[in-house]
Amino acid sequence: MRVGDFKESYAADEAVFRTSTARFWLGVFLVALAVFPFVAGDYLLYMANLTGVAIVAAVGLNILTGAAGQISLGHAAFVGIGAYTSAILVTRLGLPFLLCLPLSGLAAAFFGVIVGAPSMRMKGLYLCIATLAAQVIFEFIFVHWVPVTGGIRGINVPAATVFGLQLDTEFKFYFVTIPIVILVVTAARNLFRTRVGRAFIAIRDRDISAELMGINLFQYKLYAFATSSFFAGVAGCLNVFLLKVVTPEHFPLHESVRYLAMIIVGGLGSVLGSIFGAIFMTMVPEALQSLLNLFQGLDPAVMEYLFPLQTVIFGLLIVVFLVFEPQGLAEIWRRVKDYFRLWPFEH
Amino acid sequence: MNILSVENLSLSFGGLAALTDITFQVRAGEIFSIIGPNGAGKTSILNCIGGFYKPQQGRITLDGKDVTKTSPDRRAAMGLARTFQNIALFRGMTVLDNIKLGAHARLKTSLLQALLYWGPAHAEEMALREDVEKDVIDFLEIEPIRKLPVGALAYGLQKRVELARALAMRPKVLLMDEPVAGMNAEETEDMARFVLDIKEERGGTIVLIEHDMDVIMDISDRVMVLNFGHKIAEGTPEEIQHHPEVIKAYLGEKKN
Repeated sequence: MRVGDFKESYAADEAVFRTSTARFWLGVFLVALAVFPFVAGDYLLYMANLTGVAIVAAVGLNILTGAAGQISLGHAAFVGIGAYTSAILVTRLGLPFLLCLPLSGLAAAFFGVIVGAPSMRMKGLYLCIATLAAQVIFEFIFVHWVPVTGGIRGINVPAATVFGLQLDTEFKFYFVTIPIVILVVTAARNLFRTRVGRAFIAIRDRDISAELMGINLFQYKLYAFATSSFFAGVAGCLNVFLLKVVTPEHFPLHESVRYLAMIIVGGLGSVLGSIFGAIFMTMVPEALQSLLNLFQGLDPAVMEYLFPLQTVIFGLLIVVFLVFEPQGLAEIWRRVKDYFRLWPFEH
Repeated sequence: MNILSVENLSLSFGGLAALTDITFQVRAGEIFSIIGPNGAGKTSILNCIGGFYKPQQGRITLDGKDVTKTSPDRRAAMGLARTFQNIALFRGMTVLDNIKLGAHARLKTSLLQALLYWGPAHAEEMALREDVEKDVIDFLEIEPIRKLPVGALAYGLQKRVELARALAMRPKVLLMDEPVAGMNAEETEDMARFVLDIKEERGGTIVLIEHDMDVIMDISDRVMVLNFGHKIAEGTPEEIQHHPEVIKAYLGEKKN
């Protein structure tokens, strides 16, 4: 227990950031986020925006898979539904970006509930296969329903406009991405402070005893699917306006697997873990790429073998993580915090 | 007054009859124990009452309402709580969250309110925390462990947390499946005292399954004995101890 950590009310004891130290560092972090775009170049801002989108989607998947224990291999498809909904709403109806955002979420949540319906009868790997079917079906629709989705050529989208301001640069878009990420992360964290989030974890840990505690399993599984795909839809909307185009190539099966990898590497069931995982899975491949670029001058024959190495190293890194820290980056973070709590005294 | 009544309950798995024509009533405010040799069908009865097993025959009434066809989560909301023989806590959660989960059915926060956590959801959570602290954590003396993950606790404490979770449901009837199994003498005594306190201080009704005869005979108001899925006796602890059928079931018959 932390020395001198006494609370006088239950509200103070239930706060997310319980100590003044934690609140101080949160403040520092938020200031850093606000200053970042003024010092970073376009490429870094682009990466930050991409990471933001990934965080929103990963937080969603972590609610469904990490917390409620329903493995989904179709998360990219829900991101896709959000993306196509936005693209269609903005090009056909000219709806503003801020309206597209919740509508994309709702559209994805609607299909999420439909895909989640089999969870009444299926668990574990069987449900996983059902969500895989959803992934394949939606991908098929994206490619082949040409009049609506534009087929493999997709839909081009104009830059988003917020209060008359065109978000046509990475710099401007950053100021939309970050607030939305903060909103989504806060909402997810809130969820786990109430009976709904507790019910999700109960279903994951022991569904039979959850039911005997008065939790309607089917209802709460559908809640998990709806929330998860709502966030996926929001991520999809951000994705479209960030890339200004949507094509089926953005939402293949391996993208779903990438989201799963994010929450596993980050930490299953942890909101903070989703953030770490999304950052890791977006930034590390890029970092490896630039590292390998240092060897550019070598013999082309060597380069031929060196480039695929990026994928191999990345895969290895993930395996190493899972072996040495199966609880993910969130657990490493917790240990580092624990260490500095009493630093420089060891015990 | 009968708060729980079971009439002509029969349950079979394929050709195997687990329970045959079981009838009994539990009165409000009593400790009603079910004993019997291994495989007699004790846990099956609890599973039928809880709604986890669907009996082929019979009627179960909780507080005057027929619940035979009611789903397990609805029965829980109607005031039926349960602790398990093999601890069934949610291992990924802290003690406090496990206990709060018991209150799930009487809370109102919707999914949308949960995401916003502002106003009603916050107020409800704070009221719940206070409730749980005063009502359950203080009563069962588990203040020091409230923030620990349940997986890290000793067996006896886990059993106590499970009881805490059940109490947080504010049950009309509490079903307890072997609450002192595997405990040492001190833990057993603590648990027996808590069960008695639930009855005496809170007027709770308890249906108890247990193999520890000392505990059964000490705290039960009435005892029902099962053997091979049949009810063979019912009565006060003294009557049961001298019942010829019970002695036969437990000790076997004398050879003539």
